[in-house]
Amino acid sequence: MNDHIIEIKDISFIYPSKDIDSDDYKALDNININIKRGEFVAILGHNGSGKSTLSKLMNGILLPTEGDILVNGMNTKSEEEIWDIRQTAGMVFQNPDNQLVATIVEEDIAFGPENQGIEPSEIRRRVDEALNIVDMYPYRKSAPHALSGGQKQRIAIAGILAMDPDCIILDEPTAMLDPSGRKEVMNTVKRLNLKEKKTIVHITHYMDEVVEADRIIILEKGRIIAEGKPKEIFSQVEKVRKIGLDVPQVTELAYELNKSGIDIDTKVLNIEELVNSL
Amino acid sequence: MLKNITIGQYFPGDSSIHKLDPRIKIISVILYIAALFFMDKFIYYIPAIILLTSTILVAKLPFKYIIKGLKPIFILIIITFLINTFMTPGEIAFEIGPITATKEGLRQASFMAIRLILLVLCTTVLTLTTSPILLTDGIEKLLNPFKRIGLPAHELAMMMTIALRFIPTLLEETDKIMKAQMARGADFESGNIIKRAKNLIPLLVPLFISAFRRADELAMAMEARCYRGGENRTRMRELELKRFDIVFLIIVLIYLILIILFRYFIN
Amino acid sequence: MSIEIRDLVHIYSEGTPFEKRALDGVNLKIEKGKFIGLIGHTGSGKSTLIQHINGLIKPNSGEILINGLNITKKEIKMREVRQKVGLVFQYPEHQLFEETVEKDISFGPMNLGLKEDIIKERVKDSMEKVGLDYLEYKDRSPFELSGGQKRRVAIAGVIAMNPEVLILDEPTAGLDPKGREDILGQIKILNDNNPDLTIILVSHSMEDIANLVDKIIVMNGGKVELYGTPREIFKNIELLERVGLAAPQVTYVMKALKNKYPDIDTEIYTVEQARDEILRVKRGQENA
Repeated sequence: MNDHIIEIKDISFIYPSKDIDSDDYKALDNININIKRGEFVAILGHNGSGKSTLSKLMNGILLPTEGDILVNGMNTKSEEEIWDIRQTAGMVFQNPDNQLVATIVEEDIAFGPENQGIEPSEIRRRVDEALNIVDMYPYRKSAPHALSGGQKQRIAIAGILAMDPDCIILDEPTAMLDPSGRKEVMNTVKRLNLKEKKTIVHITHYMDEVVEADRIIILEKGRIIAEGKPKEIFSQVEKVRKIGLDVPQVTELAYELNKSGIDIDTKVLNIEELVNSL
Repeated sequence: MLKNITIGQYFPGDSSIHKLDPRIKIISVILYIAALFFMDKFIYYIPAIILLTSTILVAKLPFKYIIKGLKPIFILIIITFLINTFMTPGEIAFEIGPITATKEGLRQASFMAIRLILLVLCTTVLTLTTSPILLTDGIEKLLNPFKRIGLPAHELAMMMTIALRFIPTLLEETDKIMKAQMARGADFESGNIIKRAKNLIPLLVPLFISAFRRADELAMAMEARCYRGGENRTRMRELELKRFDIVFLIIVLIYLILIILFRYFIN
Repeated sequence: MSIEIRDLVHIYSEGTPFEKRALDGVNLKIEKGKFIGLIGHTGSGKSTLIQHINGLIKPNSGEILINGLNITKKEIKMREVRQKVGLVFQYPEHQLFEETVEKDISFGPMNLGLKEDIIKERVKDSMEKVGLDYLEYKDRSPFELSGGQKRRVAIAGVIAMNPEVLILDEPTAGLDPKGREDILGQIKILNDNNPDLTIILVSHSMEDIANLVDKIIVMNGGKVELYGTPREIFKNIELLERVGLAAPQVTYVMKALKNKYPDIDTEIYTVEQARDEILRVKRGQENA
């Protein structure tokens, strides 16, 4: 079996212009990414960097203008395999309200497997399992609108989990949440990666969420401008800042101290590391 | 104000009425309503009320909650009552100025009012004891035979589900936008009808834009979850008739038959 | 202009099973021209509080005085309140509805019954205040702007009403770091250039607030838990954590450094302060 669950090969994506006067908009320009099974990849970039477009290409909601994307060896352009692709690479969106379909939590989680034509008893089993993984079992009979943002987002994740995907793509799942909701969702995502061995593609602009990722890819104007482990990325404080992204406060502090002539490792990501290197 | 509507709201529970097959419940409600229209004397209401009350008791629904469901149609009941009281010719009961109420009118009015109340109550019991999703399931299944004549049963059910899912969300949003525009000095309460309608533009435009955006995103999310229409779709909860379902349906059928018998043959 | 809030209580759905005491005896005094940060986790009552200050909801008991004017009284004209207090809701771009940016921003001033030439002045002025070029943007449709620009238009729509108190409910929600910085920067400039304008900024982010405001209000369970300067607030790390909040990351760094450097100042909440303090302690050590 192939080592890479997602292979992005030389893809470009162009949004055709709406009127004659303006040019077509090239959202992605010659992107190459390979994502390993079980990897936790974070894709960073500010609004308009192309990161959302990229996520939609990964499960065939959009098709690349040039190049190919293979999910588990299946090309997203293949019409016969599109449903298998969507089952393999599940997708969670930004707005928690606009991706829940049913009026009861457990019925919503069942929506995906029902579409796949799974046996009723197996759906039941998957729904219960997914509810337990996201730690929402006690809420299985609730109405979505009665839940908090973080809880809704966990239900959305459970809905994808019930489809039994290998990979989960999360398109800014925390952008509309408060700090406690963000924490809930991020803890769930990390657990999916570590315990459930799911490949995670996490798209965000919050730096603190990606500190624990295996790899960070930074997109800017449709191109990859940096790629590496979190430490390697964040220690380039100036560069990260210049493209309008944050670095964690500790990293910034280490950088500032270093600039002021103190001998300190600038590749620190948490309080402990900073204190130890001082 | 909009939050007080009980019709269409589910009251979670574990009673045998809650567990009844939604198809049976829908058919029963239709039969019950049919029976109401066969009744021509007050005495018939006794079995009707007994049947409904016992159902409510078995379902363990709080009466307060059910009565609240009548609120939105309260005005309708009053109007029907008044029209019947004053418009039916017959023996004068009392007079208020130029209009006269007749005894026949009062009788007719009470009769209609009770019918209306029972009608609303039995549908309220249906929606209170059936989760919207089961309700739509039931409707879908009952409509399935009509697919052959081109009725999109699954699509209709899906539309209903989504509508039910988004009603609370949109109500919340309406409230939010209304407040935001009020903070900008908008006035939704005074002026004549034309002015009021015009004042609604700052509310309706953002609401529609948001609804379209939601629809767009929801469609994408559904597609990402492999939704491709009703073909080959399974359900987590397959509807299956149990013994109690059959018994319940038979009870309601017997009730209807008895009412018809009494009305046409025994009297 | 000062805001005085006395024993404010608000109960949602009173007398039903869903009864909720959203505000439970709030007492506050905010002096004219101050820049205030309002924090608290979701459900702490901060949204309910700011809606009271704008007169959108009425309290069950208690009163709010704005520059001596009791806005909780029945006979008060709402137009008067709205003229004094401007409220920018969360995701304010969702309230845009007009064909052009200029028309949308004019909506508020028009409702105040102002004359056309004054309205035009106000629109120009408020667009400048949020950093949008008047000539470039006035005739554009607000719906074709970027997310950050839409939000500025919406904020301008409230500023154009010329309020003496401006309340912003999480103006940076959902924006990327760049957009966040831009909006906060504009608010800071607004504060600097208008010494009489009282600003209340509701936020979840301690880091955002710490750098900007004069004083912070911490709400919890419908009550004011803490009220003071950032320095005073961030001293209470344990209390902040108990109410579901946290101090900025650097405050924790300084606390952790206390073991190594006993005389280090831990009442620090910005990266610059932390850098200077660590440098001071380090240099002191080297000299000794």
